[in-house]
Amino acid sequence: MSGVPAVEAPDARGLAVERVRVAFGGCPVVVDFSDRVGAGEWLCIIGPNGAGKSSLLKAVAGVLPHDGTVRVSGADLAGVGARARAARVAFVPQAPVLPADMSVEEYVLLGRNPHVRPFARETARDREVVADVIARLDLAPYARRPLDTLSGGERQRLVIARALAQEAPVLLLDEPTSALDIGHQQHALELVDALRRERGLAVVSAMHDLTLAGLYADRLVLLHQGVRVASGTAQQVLRSETLAEFYGVAARVEHQADGTVVVVPQRATR
Amino acid sequence: MRSRTAGLGAWVTGAFALVVVALVGGAMVGPAGPSWWRVPLAFADRLPGVAIDSGISASQWAIVWEIRAPRVVLAALVGGMLSLAGASYQGVFRNPLVDPYLLGVAAGAGLGATVAFAVGRDATRTWPIDPVPLAAFAGGLAAVFLTYLVGTAFGTSRSATTLVLAGVAVTSLATAMQTFVLQRNNDVVRQVYSWILGRLSSATWADVRMVAPYVVVSSVVLLLHRRMLDLLRVGDEEAASLGGDVRRVRLVVVLAATLGTAAAVAVSGLIGFVGIIVPHAVRLVAGATYRRVLPLSLLVGAAFLIAADIPGRVLTDPAETPIGVVTAFFGAPFFLLLLRTRRVA
Repeated sequence: MSGVPAVEAPDARGLAVERVRVAFGGCPVVVDFSDRVGAGEWLCIIGPNGAGKSSLLKAVAGVLPHDGTVRVSGADLAGVGARARAARVAFVPQAPVLPADMSVEEYVLLGRNPHVRPFARETARDREVVADVIARLDLAPYARRPLDTLSGGERQRLVIARALAQEAPVLLLDEPTSALDIGHQQHALELVDALRRERGLAVVSAMHDLTLAGLYADRLVLLHQGVRVASGTAQQVLRSETLAEFYGVAARVEHQADGTVVVVPQRATR
Repeated sequence: MRSRTAGLGAWVTGAFALVVVALVGGAMVGPAGPSWWRVPLAFADRLPGVAIDSGISASQWAIVWEIRAPRVVLAALVGGMLSLAGASYQGVFRNPLVDPYLLGVAAGAGLGATVAFAVGRDATRTWPIDPVPLAAFAGGLAAVFLTYLVGTAFGTSRSATTLVLAGVAVTSLATAMQTFVLQRNNDVVRQVYSWILGRLSSATWADVRMVAPYVVVSSVVLLLHRRMLDLLRVGDEEAASLGGDVRRVRLVVVLAATLGTAAAVAVSGLIGFVGIIVPHAVRLVAGATYRRVLPLSLLVGAAFLIAADIPGRVLTDPAETPIGVVTAFFGAPFFLLLLRTRRVA
């Protein structure tokens, strides 16, 4: 607001979350979460069910009331209108609502809402962005198909396409692979990986599959009852003691030579 | 499938032509009056720069212009308004079975109008503004907000079932209060009953002038929100994450749709099923995007109600069938067919 331009720190691009706190009816579900995710970086939030992963993502997306500060490219999102916020943060929910009789094109066009004034119509540029995104995500053959004719893998690409149409520098993904088979899980994550590099997106995802999380994310953060209890690379975070303590799971963790960390659940009795 | 991909302009032009045909066709039929084929000639004769000898006498023209034309125009306004309001309610509540009446607007408007009649039609005759539509509007608005409050009171997720049940409860409440007021004011029972049965049969240009501003304002506001209603189709949370101001959109759309519906009910009484069958028919034919559903519902609803009014005027004259009977008679079977052949969820 002052006339003096803010001095841009080298890491000002991307997402900065400071002491974000979410509570439901006085009961805290996310406690003072702080982190920074640079442009092109992928942070993965892991943790057991109810750890607060979705709540944290929704708070950052601005659809859940919260305390604390969320900055994108250095700018505080507090007090920013809903459309301006959506132009900075794109959110892919865990179980998106896909109206059966809406077409792929119409659905992806919804992602342009942050760039269209409330009572205006989409411009040629909006339609161009939508066409590009549809082509990039190999959805062109289905552009006019109703959503209820799409397979699980196509639906996941579709929702990512809508998020990309927002042209936001931050992409939040809540359990992007939970409804997919192993092949489509890999395709979806490869896609996100390629897109964050192409477009310099700061990506934050919540994931249950720890092996995949460690495989794709640059960093992992482990949440437990809303509190961040571990963070770092896959090698640092994915340890059998840690998983036993916070997931209550008996698992063998194999650290392979190429840096891959494989989490193998163990049967209690055999 | 080609029809679904035709441009909005082509659809609107086609629907508009349908309305014009219905308007002229509606003015051509009715007991007494000139031969039917002379009516379009008489209309053409009155266009600027056109002179045709229609062979219609002044008294015959009076029947066309003072009796038939306001009725046809009123049917268009009411039918268009109810259809547009129904489509908007369905969008904003994400429930395909919601129509303006299910949320209690009609019962509320009925209560408001009854109270206005009970207070005394004579006492208010000299008022510059007729209090009946205003009372109906206030009653309809109050009923919808009560429904909305009750339907959203239980948790943040607004389930369609809770909302419909809340509408049923509010409708019952308003009807009970209306009955109570009527019991204590026996002298206005006839007035209220004739108001509820529908007033298209006694339509005048004054009625048209009374309802038109509400319909115009409401329609403009609702049509402006057609893209927002598409956004709401993915749910409150996702719409908000895409930058939609969900609460404001819902409030404004409910307000505008209630305004228009209450005005339509005030001049026409209760006309059932239009608000459900027209939007659904439009969705079946032209696709479900609100960019099409809203403008096409307005136009098709106008043409539909003009057409639905014709059997009542022709078949049983001089004791005419109320238009609500005709729309329900054709609407109910159509609706059952729709439920059977198409997933409505």
